[in-house]
Amino acid sequence: MSEVAEAAEAVKEPKEPLFSKKNKKLLTDPLNDDNPITIQVLGICSALAITVQVKQAFVMALSVLVVMIGANLIVSWMRNLIPSRVRIIVQLVIVAALVILVDQVLKAFVYDVSKQLSVFVGLIITNCIIMGRLEAFALGNKAWPSFLDAIGNAAGYGWILIAVAVVRELFGSGKLWGYQVVPDAFYEFGYFNNGLMILPPMALITVGIIIWIQRAKNTKLIEEH
Amino acid sequence: MSNAIHNFLEKNVKPNFDAGGKLEKYYPAYDALETFLFVPGHTTSGKGSHIRDGIDMKRTMIMVVLAMVPALLFGIWNTGYQHFLALGETSTFMDNVLYGALKVLPIVVVSYGAGLAVEFTFAIINKHQVNEGFLVSGMLIPLCLPVEIPLWMVAAATIFAVIIGKEVFGGTGMNILNVALTARAFLFFAYPTWMSGDKVWIGGGTDQAVQYADGSTGATLLAQATEKSSGFINAAGAQYGDTFWDAFMGFIPGSIGETSTFAILIGAAILLITGIGSWKIMLSGVLGAYVMGLLFNMWGANEFMMVPAHYHLVFGGFAFGIVFMATDPVTASQTATGKYIYGFLIGFLGIMIRVFNPAYPEGIMLAILFMNVMAPLIDHYVIQANVKRRNKRLQTVAA
Repeated sequence: MSEVAEAAEAVKEPKEPLFSKKNKKLLTDPLNDDNPITIQVLGICSALAITVQVKQAFVMALSVLVVMIGANLIVSWMRNLIPSRVRIIVQLVIVAALVILVDQVLKAFVYDVSKQLSVFVGLIITNCIIMGRLEAFALGNKAWPSFLDAIGNAAGYGWILIAVAVVRELFGSGKLWGYQVVPDAFYEFGYFNNGLMILPPMALITVGIIIWIQRAKNTKLIEEH
Repeated sequence: MSNAIHNFLEKNVKPNFDAGGKLEKYYPAYDALETFLFVPGHTTSGKGSHIRDGIDMKRTMIMVVLAMVPALLFGIWNTGYQHFLALGETSTFMDNVLYGALKVLPIVVVSYGAGLAVEFTFAIINKHQVNEGFLVSGMLIPLCLPVEIPLWMVAAATIFAVIIGKEVFGGTGMNILNVALTARAFLFFAYPTWMSGDKVWIGGGTDQAVQYADGSTGATLLAQATEKSSGFINAAGAQYGDTFWDAFMGFIPGSIGETSTFAILIGAAILLITGIGSWKIMLSGVLGAYVMGLLFNMWGANEFMMVPAHYHLVFGGFAFGIVFMATDPVTASQTATGKYIYGFLIGFLGIMIRVFNPAYPEGIMLAILFMNVMAPLIDHYVIQANVKRRNKRLQTVAA
């Protein structure tokens, strides 16, 4: 008996520091080099749908962050209990439960934003980024790295969402966070808000321009021909 | 004289831009301007079975610009004519032309200025030569816009269209969508109040103080038709005399260059004689529109559907789109069979959108953009069908 325990002790890896180089990469990679939206092209639907206003985008990013942390932690803790044949449905149940929680909280505290986000809060369940991280990371890693991975990916998703929303709200409505920032003098001078910015195609084009800038700056991402 | 200028350029100016010169970085800009003035020394040789003609791209583009000149000149005159007509004042030919020139030429200048600035910037960054494609786009953009469009909007749309519509795909020859129509679509969706209604089509119409004379509505014929007021042809006829004839000659409000089907036909003749525009696309486009018009006549569910099919050919931007935009060699189908399908569907869909959707009276723009996207697909199937047919023939011969 004690031999087995000793053997287990011997196999155990030396304790990793909480923010080792590897763990830090989990946090920072999704922000740029491995961004879920601009590099992996996941979660595009919500990036197109709820980036008309910064406030919506921010609430959405926060919701995804909460769901993702919860789901990654729970799946990571349960990873040795989940039979691999039914793992997708188990993941779905976990994510769905968390999304319902988030939805109730939004309805209770920020009802107007919840109304505007409407079906898209529910659709977090089908957000490819969350399923992707659960499948690719949480199922095979311990809780702490999974937690960091969740924060990193949700932040990578969130900053793109907010960047797109800033562009669209600024040019589409002349506002940021609901407050007018384009001075009245501009409008008197003949400036008009760009109606195309409000429409979903412009979100796609904005994401495209962000990808363009990112690849121009980050030469690692340019594929070889 | 021109030889002297050429020698001066070659001896004193060009060395600065050549490799090793002070201004080497700006060689593309120099090259673009020089070939404007002189035939370059590096045209394609006439050898090779697929080369029919050694004409270089700049001459091709200039021919298209020349073909648009009748429409431009008529547009300038008509701008003045509509302005004084709406005010109920009498005007001479020169009044019309002067007023129109003051209104139209700034739009042309802004369009060229903004577009060429983007082209030159990209050429210098990417170290390639300035492509000539924008010569045509820069003229198409003003011709398909309402005369009252603010100049900064023209600049914004042009920059958007050249960068997003063309440069991101790799510049002239690589674009999927027609650049000029991208600019127009941008304006149409971004600033709808400046692209429709009854104020923007007539010079000075957006001025609050302007009062239209009796009988003049300021709306385009298409806009009037979509309102579906009964007997619209007759009502329009009261304003214009003979509606069909006026619409054919272009004495009606509309985008600057598209009102006169007659002027556009002169341009079409130039394109066809020089072999630059595809007659297959033009012919099948007109056929497609006519067939759709006849189908609507048979259906006849509302006033607009009852409009005789041949009226559709002279209303709105149909003629302009089919002659100058659908035939854009970059965005159209490349195969011969594909051209027939492509042109037919542009006419067919254009009239369908025009009649079905009152919000988009200018269906031709959307139809051409849609078919631009579909053109590679059409080509793919045409080529696959050809491969299949020849394989079959090979097998029969072998058997």
